[in-house]
Amino acid sequence: MTRLGFLGAIGRVFVWAFLLGLVVVVVYPLLWMVMNGFKTNAELFGDPFAMPVQFDWENYVDAWNRGVSDYLTASVLVTITSTVTTVFISAWAAYGLTRVRMPFGRAVSGLILGGLMLAPAVALVPLVRMFQAMGLYNTFWALLILYTAFRIPFTTFLIRAYMIDLPREVDEAAEVDGASRWTTFWRITLPMCRPIIISTVLLHILFAWNEYLFAMVFTNGTSIQTLPVGLTSLMSKHGTDYPVVFAGMVIAALPVIVLFFASQRYFIKGLAEGMGK
Amino acid sequence: MSGQPTKTRSDARSGAGFDRPPTLTKAMVAPGGGRVDRHARSRFARLAGLAWVLPAVVVLLVFVYLPLVQNFAFSTQEWDIYSGATEFVGLENYEKLLDDPVFWTALGNNVLYAVLSIVFQVAAALVLAALIESLRGPRWRKVLRGIYFVPSAISLTVAGLLFYFIYEPNLGLLNNFLEAIGLGALAQPWLGQESTAMVSIIAMSQWQGFGYSTLLFAVAIQRIPTELYEAASLDGIGAVRRFLHITVPLVREMTGLMIIVTISGAFQVFNEVMVMTSGGPNNSTQVLATWLYRSGFVRNDFGYAAAIATVIFVVTMIIALVQLWYTRRRRVEF
Repeated sequence: MTRLGFLGAIGRVFVWAFLLGLVVVVVYPLLWMVMNGFKTNAELFGDPFAMPVQFDWENYVDAWNRGVSDYLTASVLVTITSTVTTVFISAWAAYGLTRVRMPFGRAVSGLILGGLMLAPAVALVPLVRMFQAMGLYNTFWALLILYTAFRIPFTTFLIRAYMIDLPREVDEAAEVDGASRWTTFWRITLPMCRPIIISTVLLHILFAWNEYLFAMVFTNGTSIQTLPVGLTSLMSKHGTDYPVVFAGMVIAALPVIVLFFASQRYFIKGLAEGMGK
Repeated sequence: MSGQPTKTRSDARSGAGFDRPPTLTKAMVAPGGGRVDRHARSRFARLAGLAWVLPAVVVLLVFVYLPLVQNFAFSTQEWDIYSGATEFVGLENYEKLLDDPVFWTALGNNVLYAVLSIVFQVAAALVLAALIESLRGPRWRKVLRGIYFVPSAISLTVAGLLFYFIYEPNLGLLNNFLEAIGLGALAQPWLGQESTAMVSIIAMSQWQGFGYSTLLFAVAIQRIPTELYEAASLDGIGAVRRFLHITVPLVREMTGLMIIVTISGAFQVFNEVMVMTSGGPNNSTQVLATWLYRSGFVRNDFGYAAAIATVIFVVTMIIALVQLWYTRRRRVEF
């Protein structure tokens, strides 16, 4: 490693040039998006590479008032509630699958984990009919239920894989001391699963915040629209007022980018565990 | 593993783990161990064990499996959108599918999507991950992985809208960039013409997703013991050969998984197409999921949409079974 030949040095320069070039390809469009949120329409069409004349927050305020605040509220609401229900039900099921003896154990775990293989689009038509019949079409509940149902298999899969490797002696000892199953789960197993719980929470937030197919089909009305769907309506409603659309895009993208950088460590762990097993 | 007839009562009440042979436990020897009786493995207690999985099972049965079964039924029906009445038409919807040129275009686009995604999300991402992991400073590695991942964190909708503008003929970055470097002749309405629209969408998708697969490969590479690389270096083996003879074989499991996940994802593509072209121009960017959506929810041909859904189901199921078979067979040991 210490004796870098001439070729090695050249190679190193090329590698760095390539990696940094790729950084530009990734970052420049994102910066362009942020900059365009500060421009006027005339500036936008004048010179796409130019910096905005002045950093005016007007477009952001405008986007906020033209619906983005509602979309944001809906997204936050759906994301938080579905994260709680999904992770909770999944952790509960994972505990059952790894710690509790039950009839038809194999069939049950096949049923839950088999859901991993199913594409949401396949159930789309019947689900619309079902939710219409239940009066849940165009409501917050439709998204909460669907995000939970379709993410339980993946989330359970991750938590279960983690729980299997945890030592059983601890919860057995707790049982011996008279703790109920529920207490054991809540006070002992779940805290030991903290790393994987954090990972699954992050992965679910990323999913729910960005989900589009269900959001588009099941909240066709204006009553509740999440950011991904809201942005496309912003686009069609104010299609010529591009800077406002750009501002809306930045508002939608920023929370997840911040979340990702704040939790990168757990995130990578979660991804690694999700794919590695 | 359950219900052995020879089980004695003391085994049953021992409270020992359930998938290992009953052993002497503290409960059996300690005074006051009788409290464990609460968890006695009676038939009732075992039935009660189902309570743990009940919420998940009920939600999945009602909202995932039932619709899946209903979909097959729907695909053999024709809907009258005015009266809402249904009529059994057998395999007519599937016959219609075979004669539908847009269906074949959509299927072809999904295949193109899968092929290009494997090139960029698997092959190129693996090389990229190896390059990043070969850098010396751990901080640089982290920063680069983080930056490359950002497009995957923003939603496909935001990325799709962003590229809609980048491809825009007048204010878009792409045409203006081509003009700036003297290649103005290449400028064109990327999403507006049949010849370039699909490839443009796929290109956006690669931009959005390569950081995610690079991150996963980086994680897989980190699991390879560094001694292997050090030994190879001492033997004077060059970087390219180290990559081909150490990295590639040892991340094989991840590669196989990524290929399958990528293909499966390519057959479910919806969002990016919907945001950027809605399937146009002239249905040239239609994929199975958007054609399903259009057939069902714009043209109200629910039976036909259900038939397309069945095709997606069959394709993704085959891929999933291959994945199952693959992950069972291959276990890389270090």
